Parts: sequence; C-alpha cells; structure tokens
Amino acid sequence: MSTRPIWMEPPNPLVQLVKSIALGIAVLLVIVPFWSVIATSLADQPTIDASGGGMVLWPGGVSIGAYKAILSGGVVTRALTISIAVTVVGTLFSLTATSGLAYWLSGRGTFGARPMVLVVLGAVLFSPGLIPSYLVVKQLGLLDSWWSLILPVMVNAFNVLVMRAFFQQLPPELFESAAIDGASSATVLVRIVLPLSKAVLAVMGLFYAVGYWNAFFNAMLYIQSTDKWPISLVLRTFVVNQTTIGGDQVGAGAEAMPPQLPLQMAILVVALVPILIVYPFLQKHFAKGVMIGAVKG
Amino acid sequence: MQQRVQRLRQFRRDKVLVALGLPGAIALILFQYLPLLGNIIAFKDYQPYLGINDAPFVGLRNFSFLWDGNPEFLNALVNTLILTLVQAVFVFPIPLALALLLNSLAGERLKRLLQSVLYLPHFLSWVIVIAIFQQMLGNAGMLNTFLVQNDFPMIHIIGVPELFKALLTTQVIWKDAGWGTIIFLAALSQVDQEQYEASAVDGANARQRLWHITLPSLKGIFILLLILRLGDSLSVGFEQIILQQGPVGTDSSEVLDTWVYNNGIIGGDWGMSTAAGLVKSMVGVLLVIGANKLAHLFGEQGVYQK
Repeated sequence: MSTRPIWMEPPNPLVQLVKSIALGIAVLLVIVPFWSVIATSLADQPTIDASGGGMVLWPGGVSIGAYKAILSGGVVTRALTISIAVTVVGTLFSLTATSGLAYWLSGRGTFGARPMVLVVLGAVLFSPGLIPSYLVVKQLGLLDSWWSLILPVMVNAFNVLVMRAFFQQLPPELFESAAIDGASSATVLVRIVLPLSKAVLAVMGLFYAVGYWNAFFNAMLYIQSTDKWPISLVLRTFVVNQTTIGGDQVGAGAEAMPPQLPLQMAILVVALVPILIVYPFLQKHFAKGVMIGAVKG
Repeated sequence: MQQRVQRLRQFRRDKVLVALGLPGAIALILFQYLPLLGNIIAFKDYQPYLGINDAPFVGLRNFSFLWDGNPEFLNALVNTLILTLVQAVFVFPIPLALALLLNSLAGERLKRLLQSVLYLPHFLSWVIVIAIFQQMLGNAGMLNTFLVQNDFPMIHIIGVPELFKALLTTQVIWKDAGWGTIIFLAALSQVDQEQYEASAVDGANARQRLWHITLPSLKGIFILLLILRLGDSLSVGFEQIILQQGPVGTDSSEVLDTWVYNNGIIGGDWGMSTAAGLVKSMVGVLLVIGANKLAHLFGEQGVYQK
C-alpha cells in the first residue's frame, strides 16, 4: 500500500485529517498514561507537592530516590527476583515440554501419536474449572510453592498444535537424510528441527514469558505466604489497594523515604519494564507466529 | 498377536520421541484432565478435610441454584449477561474501525509504528492496567487533580457501582482494541486488489469500495471471531473484576466466575461452586457448537468443518 494504485483517486484532505486525528487520539490514549507513570516515578518531593500530590506529566526535579528505595532489598526487590526466576524457569520448561510434545505428535504413524493428538485437542476445547484445578494443585502438594505458578500453565495445548503444524510443514527429506546418516530422533530435534523453528520458538517463548511475568490469578490462588509473592501481588497490594509502603519494607540502601506516589509508580515501572524490553523482539515475530496459529489451528 | 508385535516394534523405534513428548503430555493430563474428573465433586458434599473419595454423593443437590432462585447466583448471572452484551456491542466494532483506519493510511512505516504502540497494552497484566486507570481517573488521579486545581467539580469514576460496567468495558477497549486489529489487518491484506481495480473502473468511489468489497471480504473472519467470543461469553474478565470488586460491592460487580471463586474458595461452598463452574463450561461448549451450526447454515466456514 506504500504507493497509491493508479486507479485510486487522490485522497480527500479533509477525510485524511479526520482519520489522522482519530488515530492520533487513539495513540495518545496509550502513550500519555505510560509517560505520566514514568514521569511521576522520577518526580521529587517538591514536584509532587506542586501537583497537589497527584500524577505529573513532567518531573520538574528529577529524583531516582524511589527506585533506590525499592531496588535496595526489601519486599519489591524480593518479588522481582521471584518473578524473574519463575519467568525464566517457567519459559524454559514450557518450551521444552511444548516442543517435545509437538515433535512426538508431528510424526505420521509414530507410536501413540494419534490418541495423544485427541487428548491435546480435548484440552483446547474444555477448560478445567476453577475449583477442581485448585484442588488438583492442592492434592499435588504445590500450594504455596513457586511450582504452582509454573506447572499448571506449563503446556498450552493450543501452542502444541501450532508448533506441531509448524514441524509438519518442514520438508520430509530433511528427516530422511538425517535418518540415513544415523541420527537419532533426539539429535534430529535438537540439531535440525529446533534451529529451523527459531521464529515460532521465539514467539511462543515470549508469549509464555509474558504469561509467567503477568501471572496474577494463580499467584493469588496458590501463594499464601507474603514472602513468596511475585511482583503482581506486590503491585496489587501497594499500588492497586494503596497500602502504604513503610520504611521497613524497603531496603537499607534507601537514604530517606521518598513520597508514596513516586514509590508506587516506580513499582509499576519495574513491573512494566521487562515487557517493554521484550516487546520489540516479540513484535518482530508475532505477526508471523499469530498467523501460523490462526491458519493452522 | 501380529499387531501387538508390530506395536512393540513401533514403540522400540519411537521410544525416544515418546520420552521427549511425555513431560508435556503428563502436564496436560494432570492439569487439564484431572480437574475435569475433579468436577465429580459437583455431585458430592465435599469438605476439604474429607478428601474427594470419602465425600458422600448428594445427587443434584449442589445444582439447586439452577431452580431455587438463589439471589446471589441470579445477580451474578444477570451481571454476566449484561457485560457480555455491552462488550459485544461496544468492544467488537472498535478493532475493526481501527484496522480500517490503519489500513487506509498511506505510509507503511507510519502504520507499523502506530501498530506497535496500539498493540502494547495487550501485553500488560490486568494489575498494571488497573493501576494505570486508577492513577489516571481515580479520585486522586490525574484527571481529578487537574479538575480540582482549576476549580471544577471532581468526577467520580472509579469505585462507583453505577459506572462499574462502563469502566470495565473501557478498560477492555484500552487493553485489547489495538491487538484486535491484527487479525482484521491480516484479512485486509488478503483482499484481492484486482477487485478494487475492477470496481474503480466501473466507477465505484472509495466509500462504495469499502461497503461492497472490503467489508464483505471481512465477513468470514468477523463471524469466526463472533463464534469464538460466544464460547467465552460467560467469562467476562475475571482478574479484572476480582481486582476491582472491593470498593464497588458485589451487587454491581459479581459475575459467574467471581461468584464461583467467592462462594467456593473463599466461602467454602465447594460443591455448589463446582456445580456452577461445570454448568458454565458446558453452556460455553454448547454455545460454540450451536453458533458453528448457525454459521454453516449461513454458508460460512465457522471454527471447524461439519
């Protein structure tokens, strides 16, 4: 669409203007809140006072005191560490399990593949229900363990189907020649299939990672001790529910307690930043990845 | 006998493959199928200290909410249906409008840039989205601070029961409208360009082309999305609601999912809540199957083939 087709009449400037304004408003509605959250997290006491204790659009006096306070140990630092660990371990587990299962199911005439495909399809169709899921996690002894944030959501059945479809469209000659050269199935997976599936692995890995990072409901359901909280629960308590952050909840590195609002906004920013960091990578791949899902799923 | 030998040989050949797939298979069976079996407690008088096996069967007693007019359940059901309807009307057309706007922009670069900005909120968790909304629209938020400083009256938006459904809908639009465009944009790029050219030769103007070519070619995808949504229509933003339920009270905010959570896990009425969850997911599956039949009647593909 970059060049206008010859048959198309030149754009009407008035219509173009209206369209641009509409889109501009939509974009501003997304950007302004982000900007304001970041600006407020960096604002110092006088700036906050000048705004009547509210959010600011421009941090007059910049202070990184809020970040120093929350990142120097204490509740937020611990929650961040937990969330990072859960995200990294969970994503690795998810990708291993998803690609392994998809690889098993992608072979035609592989032992047990046909009934297992039905099992996966069934898992896409039926959702297990909140209370029975909770009871299973409880029976397995996973309550209050970080594994409860990983294992129940480790394999997404739909992702398995997408990846299986991707594996199946790889040229069969690859597998034949590898088999002639004496490669085992595991070697073929690691040396040939996975390197060829980088795009789909990247998309899936990032979707899984975002899911683990954002996990709120499972954490609320399964994690009971406050010292095991991931960042989403810290966010709910201190930002959404506006519980005051006390001096004993931030690390020793905090010189003076910054005002509450920048502290809260700094927590919001640190919860946001990982998403903003992976987002460009996600972007590069997701249109393709999502389309594979939409077409073959 | 021969078949068994063949199977054994097949297993020997594929055992590495099976081993690679097993962790994923076990996870699915444990966390997707075991809970399905666990729905048995919908028919039992389950108490946490008794365990599932020892709990006595009570038949359909737990399903009593279906016919005895349990006021809290009814309230949750009504709220769910209202939200479904409101969101279908207001949330659905916006991604389509945005996609058409983006598509009619000339520059590919600018389009990409705008897309990346508009997709972003989709990847944020509900906790973050709600925190941002509070900071923007809450009583101490940006909007009200501005109003108060300029001697205007405050506008109470958050924590007001009457506005709760509108607030939820706005949040859904903010979070996912941009993301919703992705599928429409893909469909738009598939539209046969020659149709536009031919119609232009026949003297169709831009609006006529939109009406007679673009929109009809989106019909299939539109119906597909509607069907998929229908299956989910009894799930209306669980995390989003549970996070904001406190200040507005349950009258205006309780929906089926939150009722199951509040009544079961918080309230301890395990059996009845499981029964409600079971009915909800069965209705969901039935809705998808029914909608798919309907799509076939209209000559559309639907989600799956006949």
